[in-house]
Amino acid sequence: MEKFNAKFVSQKISKSRWRPLPPASLQLPDVFATGSWDNEENKVSIWSIGDFGSLNADGDYEGDHQLLCDIKHNGDVLDMQFLDQERIVTASSSGSVTIFRHHQNNQTLSVNQRWERAHYHSGPDIPSCGSAPCTGIVCNNPEIVSVGEDGRINLFKADSKKILRTIDNADSSTLHAVTFLRTTEIMTVNSIGQLKMWDFRQQGNEPSQIFFLTGEKVPLYCVDRHPNQQHIVATGGQDGMLSIWDVRQGSLPLSLLEAHDAEMWEVHFHPSNPDHLFTCSEDGSLWHWNASSDIAEKPSFLQLAGRRNTTLSRSTLDHSNINQSLMSPWLSSDPAKGHMEITSLLPSQTLSVNSLDILGQCLVCGTDAEAIHVTRQLFA
Amino acid sequence: MEELDVDPPVTIIPGVDSKKRHMGFDWGPEELLVYETCYENKRRAERGIGCPFIRIVQRDEDIYSPVLRKLFNESHSIFVGLQKSEEELPSKSRKSQLVRVSKNYRSVIRACMEEMHQLAVSTRDASLTTQYTSQVSVLSAMELIWNLCEVLFIEVATAGSLLLHLLDWVQLHVCEVDNMAQEVLNSESPTKHDKYWNVITSYVLQGRMDEARQMLAKEAIATATSRSMCRILDGLMKKMPVFNPGGTQILTEYELKWQHWHEECERYVQDGTFASSSHLESICKILLGDEAALLKQKELLTTWYHFLVSRLLYTHPMVKPAELHVYAQSSLDMFLGGDNSPEPLDNILMAAFEFDILQVIKEFSITSSNWWFVAHLTDLLDHCQLLQSHNLYFGSNMREFLLLEYASGLFAHHSLWQLGVDYFDHCPELGRVYLELHIERIPLNTEKKALKVLRICEQRQMGEQVRSICKSMAMKAVRNNRLGSALSWSIRAKDAAFATLISDRFLKDYCEHGRFSDLDLIDNLGPAMLLSDRLTFLGKYREFHCLYGKKCFSEAAKLLLSLMTARIAPCSFWMTLLMDALPLLEQKQVIFSAEQTYELMRCLEDLTAVTPDVEETDEKRLRDDGDDDETTKVEMLRLALARNLARAIVKEGTLDG
Repeated sequence: MEKFNAKFVSQKISKSRWRPLPPASLQLPDVFATGSWDNEENKVSIWSIGDFGSLNADGDYEGDHQLLCDIKHNGDVLDMQFLDQERIVTASSSGSVTIFRHHQNNQTLSVNQRWERAHYHSGPDIPSCGSAPCTGIVCNNPEIVSVGEDGRINLFKADSKKILRTIDNADSSTLHAVTFLRTTEIMTVNSIGQLKMWDFRQQGNEPSQIFFLTGEKVPLYCVDRHPNQQHIVATGGQDGMLSIWDVRQGSLPLSLLEAHDAEMWEVHFHPSNPDHLFTCSEDGSLWHWNASSDIAEKPSFLQLAGRRNTTLSRSTLDHSNINQSLMSPWLSSDPAKGHMEITSLLPSQTLSVNSLDILGQCLVCGTDAEAIHVTRQLFA
Repeated sequence: MEELDVDPPVTIIPGVDSKKRHMGFDWGPEELLVYETCYENKRRAERGIGCPFIRIVQRDEDIYSPVLRKLFNESHSIFVGLQKSEEELPSKSRKSQLVRVSKNYRSVIRACMEEMHQLAVSTRDASLTTQYTSQVSVLSAMELIWNLCEVLFIEVATAGSLLLHLLDWVQLHVCEVDNMAQEVLNSESPTKHDKYWNVITSYVLQGRMDEARQMLAKEAIATATSRSMCRILDGLMKKMPVFNPGGTQILTEYELKWQHWHEECERYVQDGTFASSSHLESICKILLGDEAALLKQKELLTTWYHFLVSRLLYTHPMVKPAELHVYAQSSLDMFLGGDNSPEPLDNILMAAFEFDILQVIKEFSITSSNWWFVAHLTDLLDHCQLLQSHNLYFGSNMREFLLLEYASGLFAHHSLWQLGVDYFDHCPELGRVYLELHIERIPLNTEKKALKVLRICEQRQMGEQVRSICKSMAMKAVRNNRLGSALSWSIRAKDAAFATLISDRFLKDYCEHGRFSDLDLIDNLGPAMLLSDRLTFLGKYREFHCLYGKKCFSEAAKLLLSLMTARIAPCSFWMTLLMDALPLLEQKQVIFSAEQTYELMRCLEDLTAVTPDVEETDEKRLRDDGDDDETTKVEMLRLALARNLARAIVKEGTLDG
């Protein structure tokens, strides 16, 4: 099991995100941001591990992550993402979307821009519209998309005060998460088990396509897109099930994988090694899904005797392997084949793991037990 | 009722003069609301502007300390682990497991103490410093008591090893000597340092012979005159027998050895070997267990329990647990010498030495507002099977009582409530009731929080609470005009009545605007549609519109008719349905068969027959208003039905013929 470093931080962590590395940088990620929820005063905090943690002889990462700076956040932090190296976008339960700037020279945080009440309820009974929690955001610098409990989708541009585009009543239930599919297309998930594709080039407030779960309308809480193959999308929902979708075909999920015992809060493909996927859940677990074909191929010591035999069969396999790598293991993964290796990364605990983020060899996650867990050697 | 042991502490409410004013209060789960009442005072002159505030009085303020939150969170996982641990283990490994748990708890307390100490040192705010310092002293007292309880109740150390454990305990908590030793060693000539002899004495008092001998060796080198005396004392220290709990040594054998060594010490004192050096003589007297010599070192001993342990070390190293309290009491009396009365901490430790667990818990609860300590310690001792006989005259047993109090405190906290759930889970008798009452009162400001609370309820099959939470979320959604969201909440709770209510709102909206909202939900209801009749109707009615839109007229007609004949549609909606049939009746080709037309006619007649004696007056008045409109509709329908019937009969006749 990977070596995790836990630190208790006296606030329930709702989101944790690595700061992106500058392009062509060889260093390990060393700074991450967290957001808290359900506190009397919530905070966005920046943490560092680089200067304090040292690698010992075995290459183990030692030492705690240290707080660099924090800033008060109005409402629960319901979602968070780095826009670039310096700016962080947050979604608040107060309905606002805020961009914070991290000043690295003097280690302070400040509000760069805020769209108050970007999400709100309106109706005959409530003349002065009440704000609605903003549940999810996604950034593709300079564009930011937010979704909320009011079923609304907003499109912003950093540096522009105005909201560029609003789709009112985009969903009749709550939208829980959003991700970019391509530059103009986004995917949203809602609480009646639907995955919707939206194209900002189209006018009107109709989705360009709806995908849905059959049977019970299990709410979906998280969505992530395959980093290289943009038609593959993973979602997680209330029953802890992992669904893989191919948005090019059909309207039903390609595969449903039994996973956690409770709500799956986040799912992420590894950004540079997308055969690996990570999920976390309300049941307090953090899982690593390994669908890479090398597990199946790894020559076992028993086979060494019949090496020739193995190589032969390998060469015949190669064809299918090429196909498979084109196809991606996620699409071909048939539960019956069992090419999936699942590892639980944290010791068992009862309180929810709310968020996780992966970058290279590093993983950070935040929990309701007010702890942040970090590892810097994921595939050790 | 038992009598109160001490008077309850008085809390002064700032701004309210309790001598002149009356105060009102109201109980909360863990807090008290206090306010000044308007109750008129007899003496008019006293009238004036009262205190305009309502104040919240909290019992357990420790829960709001950010540092202690780490203690609560870390100990929570230890607690849960302990509850899950197997009781079935053989007694020996079970004991070592419990000791390990106890040590985990203590290390968490220590970590908190260190962090709090750092804060106290680093902050510049004087009031904060005092606050942190007092917290540090509370934490260190907790650790001290816990450690002693661990030795006495969990380790259940027996004669011989008991003293070794007590020595460890004292060494861990009285550690000034190490700083002192550092200071002395760093000085130019250690033996000339004025604390030099204090260091050696302190080491001896704690039974740290090797360190004492190393220190003494410096004197032997530095001063030629006392060299031989030092060598003799060094020899005594070296020879002092130490009990080896793991070894094969028999207790009596050890006792004999020790007795022998003791006599040797005594001989040297009587011979006056160390008469020329007061320092060496006093150390030798300590080795002899001379009480007067020990008491002279009061400043180095700092506490009576250190005195107790040092005294036992050199007089009764084979002390049995049962004898402990006699020595403890006399040590306390001797040490305080009647000048001071014992403090709460002394009473708690004394109770522990008397093996009175109940008294330990009670004394601590009285002196501290902190429930964490007593709840966790009691739970651990309960797992050691030590508390079976202690039943309270109220509620359940003591373990459960304390856990409930602690968990209720957590639930009163804005964000620690999640920890409380697991504590309630492990209170077999009343935990569930407490959880039910508390969980419903958690403010739900976002859906995410509601989902987390719901998961807690669903995992525990708390149907009542699930319904109530879903209903309040659904109500909130309705108020926000989010019907789709409201419907999904009532589907989750399987709340048929509420689903009916929302379906009615959808139908009303349809009647008013002529189109459906939230189609993404209604079109995909699936099996959830069967939750309530009205919801089924809503779904089916929408299906009719879809069929009509796709120009599947005959299927649409069949569905429409079945909605009425199967009595799925509410009566109030029949007219709308019949009007929907009108364009189908007017189509060029015949859609309704003769038989279907007869049924439609019967529906229309049923409807008009009912109308005159509508019970609800509101509805009647409405009908009167729109009377003209209604009669026109009925007439139009009758005409269309008649014409359709004619065409259907002709068509059917032709086909048959």
